[in-house]
Amino acid sequence: MIDSPRARAALPLVRFTFDGRAYEGRAGDTLAAALLAQGVRILGRSFKYHRPRGLLAAGVEEPNALVTIDRGAGRVTPNLLATQVEIYEGLAARSQNRWPSLRFDALEINDLFSALMPAGFYYKTFMWPAAAWRRLYEPLIRRAAGFGEAPREADADVYANLYAHCDALVVGSGPAGLAAALAASGRGERVILCEQDFAFGGSLLAERAATIDGEAAAQWRAQALARLAARANVTLLNRTTAFGLYAQNYVCLAQRLSDHLPPAQAKGPRERLWQVRAGRVIVAAGAIERPLAFECNDRPGVMLAEAARVYANRFGVAPGARALVACASDSAWRAAFDLRAAGVEIVLIADARASVAQALQDAARETGVAFELGARVRRAHGRLAVKAAEVEGAGGLRTIACDLLLMGAGWTPTLHLFAQARGPLAWDAALGAFRPAQAREDIVCAGACNGALSLAMALDEGARAGGEATRVHAVAHDWPCASGPVAPVAPVAQGAAFVDFQNDVKARDYELAQREGFVALEHVKRYTTSGLGADQGKTGAINATRLVADLSQREPGAVGLTTMRPPFTPVSFGALAHMARGPLYEPARETPAHAGAAARGAVFENAGAWRRARAFARAGESEPRVVAREAMAVRTAAGLFDASTLGKIEVAGPDALAFLNKIYVNDFSRLAPGRCRYAVMLNEAGLVMDDGLVARLAPDRFHVTTTSGGLGHVLHHMEDFLQTEFTHLKVWLVDVTEQWSCLALQGPRARDILAPLVEGVDLSRAAMPPMSLREGAIMGTPLRLLRAGFTGELGFELYTPARFGAPLWDFLLERGARCGLEPYGLEALDVLRLEKGYIVIGQDSDGACTPDDLGLARLIGASKGDFVGARSLRLPHLASAGRRQLVGLRLRGGSRPLDVGAQIVEAPAPPAGTRALGHVTSSRVSPALAAPVALALVADGRARMGARVFVTRLDGPCEEAEIAAPVFYDPAGERLNG
Amino acid sequence: MLLIPCPHCRQSRPEREFRHCGEAGLLRPVDPAAASDREWTDYLFARTNPKGESQERWRHVHGCGRFFVLRRDTREDACVTSRAGVEEAP
Ligand SMILES: [Zn+2]
Repeated sequence: MIDSPRARAALPLVRFTFDGRAYEGRAGDTLAAALLAQGVRILGRSFKYHRPRGLLAAGVEEPNALVTIDRGAGRVTPNLLATQVEIYEGLAARSQNRWPSLRFDALEINDLFSALMPAGFYYKTFMWPAAAWRRLYEPLIRRAAGFGEAPREADADVYANLYAHCDALVVGSGPAGLAAALAASGRGERVILCEQDFAFGGSLLAERAATIDGEAAAQWRAQALARLAARANVTLLNRTTAFGLYAQNYVCLAQRLSDHLPPAQAKGPRERLWQVRAGRVIVAAGAIERPLAFECNDRPGVMLAEAARVYANRFGVAPGARALVACASDSAWRAAFDLRAAGVEIVLIADARASVAQALQDAARETGVAFELGARVRRAHGRLAVKAAEVEGAGGLRTIACDLLLMGAGWTPTLHLFAQARGPLAWDAALGAFRPAQAREDIVCAGACNGALSLAMALDEGARAGGEATRVHAVAHDWPCASGPVAPVAPVAQGAAFVDFQNDVKARDYELAQREGFVALEHVKRYTTSGLGADQGKTGAINATRLVADLSQREPGAVGLTTMRPPFTPVSFGALAHMARGPLYEPARETPAHAGAAARGAVFENAGAWRRARAFARAGESEPRVVAREAMAVRTAAGLFDASTLGKIEVAGPDALAFLNKIYVNDFSRLAPGRCRYAVMLNEAGLVMDDGLVARLAPDRFHVTTTSGGLGHVLHHMEDFLQTEFTHLKVWLVDVTEQWSCLALQGPRARDILAPLVEGVDLSRAAMPPMSLREGAIMGTPLRLLRAGFTGELGFELYTPARFGAPLWDFLLERGARCGLEPYGLEALDVLRLEKGYIVIGQDSDGACTPDDLGLARLIGASKGDFVGARSLRLPHLASAGRRQLVGLRLRGGSRPLDVGAQIVEAPAPPAGTRALGHVTSSRVSPALAAPVALALVADGRARMGARVFVTRLDGPCEEAEIAAPVFYDPAGERLNG
Repeated sequence: MLLIPCPHCRQSRPEREFRHCGEAGLLRPVDPAAASDREWTDYLFARTNPKGESQERWRHVHGCGRFFVLRRDTREDACVTSRAGVEEAP
């Protein structure tokens, strides 16, 4: 504690700038304390009316002094509280919401017209026309009203994350928190004590007179901290805010690690997110002093009484020379006496209460401080700084000169964490605020946040919450702590009497809300904006409740509070994201041959978590040209495609066949080892879920592929039925996706290229027909060779252990070059498969398609009995006529592909409300046919073969098309079987 | 984020390791082909959605991979107990 100017002067000097001007502070200062010590009174401009504002508070409840801290490129943080920012050598701070300067703000003109800008002003004034919102109103309002400016550059800092478990998490390190931590850790519990300030101690940091266990409060605090620090079961976290409490005592803490250091010294992460699972939470978060609402209660120099005491006692800074105290609480008297001891003249204590404790009056008489009971401040004078106050007392109205006007209407328990845990709250008339209605087993409030405002009660409650059965701390020279029952907002409060300082909400705005019929507090909040923003009503919420209660003649308990949601104070996005940024946000999956593809000019795209080669561009080639070239290479010579993203599952066990027969629509009973089959699986509702190849390696072993994005839910679906439904089947399911690389060699020259390279496999048509599987070797490595593909050409899929994927890619392209082999990407593949009418699940099917809708009814094993989804196929809504079926579309003239998603109708200019027959699912220009082709889902499509339909265009009239079979190229399959 | 007791691992683990798999206690007809449309659609779609204690299937998908039944209070969003095995008739 620095309780004298001399003690302050002995501290090291720290130089910093505020709005470009150089200032000096002392080590241990907050920015607010340092500026106050240097005589700076205006720290911000208000949100809506741009009124000059100074410090109201000394802690996180400060509503006015929002600043931007500039720590270099990518390290600019807006909306920090000057009361929380620690100064360091070279700190650069800027004020906000002012232009051009704090002392002269052009938009202060808003204040002159403030009578025209009551609550709801924006809602009512900027209504029409709608187009004006985007172009005119919104930019205008955003420029005029706003907090700090959002950073424009990416955050250059690093953030950390830590999971922690403890028996007791103590939030707050004031007397209650320290007593709780001492008690709980003394019993051997694992304790985490977190404190949002950089200094532990809470109210003890400003305590002058009281003693604990015979020691001065500062001494006791130091000893308590030393004892806690020495215990291995205690973790002490300062600069750490418990900002959210979630189910089962999952509490998130934000720890600020390096913002208090000069940037050159700040090493390591900037902040750390602690995700704590606590056996119980002891909330010792203290209380926030309530302001009074009178005319111009926001002028610089009007301050909470306890805040002035903190500046004087903790920082050695006198916030003014002549103070007038307007109050309705005992604690404000203590502030007055402490300020007087620090050299501040107390011109008057105007207490609105009719009577106060005799001890207070005696203390005032002893020190010669004038006081008046039953007296209220009506108005503050002075624009850039308070100059005088109008006091109404028994002798009428008089004006008293002062440069500091202190307010103290009582204390509001900080209930945020308890309320977030849905702890029950009750109105306490004596306290003039809400407090916990009852403790819960796993979350306890102790000390001032439980309404226990005296030091002795706080220590007692803390120790009890920590597990001590008996009183353990003795307090002397404690201070009385009564307040109220005077309402902090006089019913006659008119003009600029602010209730919510940060959002510029005046007492009369609540009256307007009342007149306009807003009854529920949550509605009043939205209409007036009271309690919004970074502040969340820390100083204003309870006064708002009392005002609304008075206006609507209800009990405050009936009005209640608005929902308290996390975070308690703003948390940086960086801390919430911590490591999950940039490449770590969602790690990209790359195939084994990724680098080889990149070396051949691959342009990649994101497909789920995968990075997949879209096309292999050559210099100067447009993408349609690339795609056409790659597709024609496959049709005329050969192409190589990296299909390693396919999901691969090995299904093994004595009942593998029975299991697959349950999961897929197909009947695999006659699938011999060495053969494979195209297969489709349904969900239990009978709708197509995924497709792939099922290859039989051995009587009890299958290799199954899924779509690239489908692996996760296919495997989950299989496991679900295996574990919970077909529990009698003995089967193992193993995801082998990352164990196998898969390269597809496709095209009429595929066999010529491959034959000299593989060992132990006869590739001839007779020995290896379509849909056969062989095992052999290539480049001396094991190979599973499948005669299959997704192109309609003669082709092979080469499965090798993943680590051989990269060398095999290069090897094949090198050896195949003389046969015209080229790599092809996803775009060309999409053209090739569409020419053949091969569907893509999720593109041509939409989660509401049966096998018959997709023309795949022939796959269903009719005689095999039940399988997943079988029964549903007989339900009327899936079996009736009129369902959308997959068909092809051929254009009558035109060379432009149809729009995917375009509606299909019967007439060229359908009137509004016409029901579409269906829609286009895939559309491309076919290079082989030199014409656009498309797939579509059309109602009763197969019965409409050859019918004329019209397809909508985004940019013009409908286009005529003809319903056709969904196979455009080589319908007889001669090339595939070649 | 809930802490969920996995009866297979015998540990309480964070919710993000698990996947919710719908209501427990639904019995797939022994012979689906013999089930009436009504019986079958009830099995597919009818859910109790209780306020209060609910019996749910969960899978420890990022842990042991096994399914189990969890009793959860939907009002308090709190786990009550869990047990291994497949669902039984309620
Ligand atoms: Zn488990």
